[in-house]
Amino acid sequence: MSYYKLFAVAILGALLAGCGATPVPDPDPVDTTYGGDDSANTSRAAGEEFGGGEFFDDVEETLGTVIYFEFDSSEVRAQDQDLVAAHAISLNENSYARVRLEGHADERGSREYNIGLGERRAQAVRQILMIQGVSASQIQTVSFGEERPESMGSSESDYAQNRRVEIKYTN
Amino acid sequence: MFKKISFAIVVIVFAASNAAAQKLHIDVQGIAQPTPVAIVPFGWEGSSPAKQLDVASVIKADLRRSGRFAPTDENDMLQKPTDGADVDFDDWTVLGVEAVVVGKIIQTGDDAYTLQFQLFDTFRRRQLIGFRMPATRGTMRSSAHRAADMIYEKLTGIKGVFGTKVAYVTAEQQSDGRLYSLIVSDQDGENDHKIMESKDPIMSPAWSPDSRQLAYVSFEGSKSSIFIQTLRSGNRFQVSNKPGINGAPSFSPDGRKLVITLGGVDGNPDIHILDITSRQTKRLTTHRAIDTEGTWSPDGRYIYFTSDRAGGPQVYRISANGGTPERITFEGSYNARPRLSPDGTRLAMVHNDRGNYRIAVMNLERKDLLVLSTGRQDESPSFAPNSDSLIYATRQGGDGVLETVSADGLIRQKMASGQGDVREPVWSPFPRFQ
Repeated sequence: MSYYKLFAVAILGALLAGCGATPVPDPDPVDTTYGGDDSANTSRAAGEEFGGGEFFDDVEETLGTVIYFEFDSSEVRAQDQDLVAAHAISLNENSYARVRLEGHADERGSREYNIGLGERRAQAVRQILMIQGVSASQIQTVSFGEERPESMGSSESDYAQNRRVEIKYTN
Repeated sequence: MFKKISFAIVVIVFAASNAAAQKLHIDVQGIAQPTPVAIVPFGWEGSSPAKQLDVASVIKADLRRSGRFAPTDENDMLQKPTDGADVDFDDWTVLGVEAVVVGKIIQTGDDAYTLQFQLFDTFRRRQLIGFRMPATRGTMRSSAHRAADMIYEKLTGIKGVFGTKVAYVTAEQQSDGRLYSLIVSDQDGENDHKIMESKDPIMSPAWSPDSRQLAYVSFEGSKSSIFIQTLRSGNRFQVSNKPGINGAPSFSPDGRKLVITLGGVDGNPDIHILDITSRQTKRLTTHRAIDTEGTWSPDGRYIYFTSDRAGGPQVYRISANGGTPERITFEGSYNARPRLSPDGTRLAMVHNDRGNYRIAVMNLERKDLLVLSTGRQDESPSFAPNSDSLIYATRQGGDGVLETVSADGLIRQKMASGQGDVREPVWSPFPRFQ
């Protein structure tokens, strides 16, 4: 998340300076050169120095980033369509932003097959993003299958929390 | 690519050294009528009174754990000979003991020993085995397992697997997240070594046919890739790091190829063959369903795999040269993760048995399905190299533990782990003695 913001700061700085060099994300999370700050509360203030306030809206803070699925389903439910669409808008507005869609399954059944199920869910979200204009190059998918449960138990409600896609901004 | 992400990775690769990891404790669920046998404490002929491994205890534990034998308690023995010539058969038949093992360890050098043992049929009053093998302190335990294998094979007609190994994955909850480890141990849970650990998931270990290497999937860098690691050296190399899923490796019988699952950027998991030396891949399936969990038939002709092309997951097979897949399983709504017995006659799988995921074995000739396990969430069946039993993971109090079961379902053993969630056991091939 902080990389994303700092990256945006760096891009904007580079653009304002009229510099055409390809920007590279800084792996160092504290970027004093641009006055950046990885606290979400102060990011707007930091951005105003460069005149780009709304550009720094923290997508992950204001939008949900987890989409849950029904049993044995990879269909994004109607109530989550708007959420995915909002991420599509944010990605379309910033062509440098990158997301990793992390697909997950509940623990039932075999592990590698569950990798396939998690990937299918991540791909369902990817398809919606791409239909709404997001470039394929902005999206990476990974499936963790049942290997990274959100909830450790074995009840139906635990399973429901584990069948999910997490949208993670990677710069 | 790999270099770029490596700063965020916490991965440690261990050479197969004596890293103390979790011990597996074994709990046997017996069989109706195990055969009474006696393993007499071994003698010692040596210059130094150095403490020796209790070879008789190792053999005794192996035979007891098989479920087919009931070793006599040492306190009930009327004699404790260490040479065959001193065995009095009447002292054993009176106890109902059908077979007796005597032996000794003879020191021949500073760290050089001869392990010698004899097996007798007490009722027929004749020797069945007499064998000597060289050993060092470091190899004494595996020599004892080898002796147990010879005894087991002579008495049952089935090749013993006491000298084989098991690889498995553990996940431990720590304060800063989960720690995944890849462990190799003797098949009795002893002599365990951690060969790799990571904060990111480790999955799907698979033995090379010579038991010297393990292939596995690692998610280091939040991306799946496949590695092959040599156990002795701890060296590993990455063999597949394509976009999307890199999963489910399984070695070909000649050890030159892996069958793997690749998903690609569009996330359509299909079965591919990877040539380990050239890194060339050949795609075998193209269906838009999930095709995964490929495994070779022992004769190398077919790849068996899981596919949900008909709705739920079922087992299919395809010629290793490609072609049209043929559906193999029809019983029930969920059959996944196929593994063939090394003799090629049976297929093990995860089967949904009235809402419970259990290990089932299908006889490939008769096509009948036998459910072998009794848990709710059993997974990862793997045959012993003698095709006579299987190991798999089951749940106990929220954590995964390992169980073995005879292929007829009669003898079941639990191997409870000391700590962490234990999963994905894979049984090694037979060891090759130099």
